[in-house]
Amino acid sequence: MTDIFSQLAYYFQYDIVRYALIVGVLIALCSSLLGVTLVLKRFSFIGDGLSHVAFGAMAVAGVTGLTNNMIIVMPVTVGCAVLLLATGRNTKIKGDAAVAMISVGALAFGYLIMNKFPTSGNVSGDVCTSLFGSYSILSLSTETVIICTVLSIIVVALFVIFYNKIFAVTFDESFARATGTRAGVYNLIIAVIIAVIIVLGMNFVGSLLISALIIFPALSAMRVFKSFRSVTVCSACLSVVCTALGIVISLLAKTPVGATIVAVDILAFGVFSLIGAIKGRG
Amino acid sequence: MAQLTCENLSLGYEGKSIVQNLSFTVNAGDYLCIVGENGSGKSTLMKTILGLLKPMEGSVTTGDGLAAREIGYLPQQTVVQRDFPASVREVVMSGFQGSCGLRPFYTRAEKRRAEENMEKMGITDLADRCYRELSGGQQQRALLARALCATKKMLLLDEPVAGLDPMVTSEMYALIKSLNREGITIIMISHDVDAALKFATHILHIGDEIFFGTRQKFTQTRMGMGFSTLRGLKK
Repeated sequence: MTDIFSQLAYYFQYDIVRYALIVGVLIALCSSLLGVTLVLKRFSFIGDGLSHVAFGAMAVAGVTGLTNNMIIVMPVTVGCAVLLLATGRNTKIKGDAAVAMISVGALAFGYLIMNKFPTSGNVSGDVCTSLFGSYSILSLSTETVIICTVLSIIVVALFVIFYNKIFAVTFDESFARATGTRAGVYNLIIAVIIAVIIVLGMNFVGSLLISALIIFPALSAMRVFKSFRSVTVCSACLSVVCTALGIVISLLAKTPVGATIVAVDILAFGVFSLIGAIKGRG
Repeated sequence: MAQLTCENLSLGYEGKSIVQNLSFTVNAGDYLCIVGENGSGKSTLMKTILGLLKPMEGSVTTGDGLAAREIGYLPQQTVVQRDFPASVREVVMSGFQGSCGLRPFYTRAEKRRAEENMEKMGITDLADRCYRELSGGQQQRALLARALCATKKMLLLDEPVAGLDPMVTSEMYALIKSLNREGITIIMISHDVDAALKFATHILHIGDEIFFGTRQKFTQTRMGMGFSTLRGLKK
């Protein structure tokens, strides 16, 4: 046991390890906030879809040789999120089909470009990194950490300010509309926030696993808690704890960061389901 | 001046009109029942009154101190709500959202009014319960309390008793009638012509034949007679 602690203490001497933990926790916090809304709006898969879009955009950005690929990735992802979430139900192609279409399309397109115009000798390594997150979360620059922190603060602030509106729009959009809430605007805000979170989280757990960060804490919290506020608070706390735990375990056991975090989230979901079942019976 | 005036409305969607030349007015304190067969355009009319849809022709205007966004609305339940984790209080409070504008949080006065409305609906003891665990009747009461938070003047109810058992249905009707007696204008969409004839002051029938007038006049028309005989047969 002391071994583990001394090993951790050794790791946490380094700035990069601390950075990884900070960024991880921030991303976990942000992504869990909107999870409840997305699950309830039947958009659980949007995280997956959008992250594939981000993957495609990243491939394009890599080819163009821009130093900061955020310039391309962020607007493209935000654009797709708006297209999917904010256009409403009057579109010809329905929600889940649209998500699937954009998701698969972007994935194929991104892989195509990566193969045709490889930026490094190791194409499959690059692809793997984008899909499952990098081992090299320990290579975060100070700049990235600052960007992450600032964006996270903005996301959390927006969520708190619009909390009641997000609730109203999610619970009953037509009532909200009828009584004068500008549901369209808030759907747009939700879409933009979720896109930002996904782009942030992608480097971290990779584009295949980001959905897990978004939906697992929300689903776990919904097993046990009954009000929107308690579910939101619980999923935020749970997400932070799971991510921190995941990072620590991955450091000690030398496992891939993203997959470890998701595994911890799944474990938590199991525990919460059990608690929910026991509470429900008692 | 009437609270709600609909003039020469043509309703429909995707360019196909289903109702033409519909005109009626609703005055403060009225209890209007909108009846008609499935597909006759009741829901479309309701969405138009609420401003969710634009009429193909004609106009909907509000007056007598009623703003367009001040109509409280009791919608039919959606799939999303069935597993939504929300306490009754949270649901009721969300009725104030329209009047919040950009203000992010609810005021103390609004919280007090929410408590009053829950009291009025007899759901005070359910305030911290989870909405999805309530019975159908209790859920309707919660949504009615929410609608009351959005309005002091006019309620629009879309099939308020759909899926409720007879006992709860009559309770619900009594509740709506008591709100009407307090001076709230009621517009109710219903299949239930029996109830319409019992409670409403005015009837609007849409479909092949359009009728608008007082309940007494409705019972004298062929349509009203038809309904009466139908009821006779049922009993």
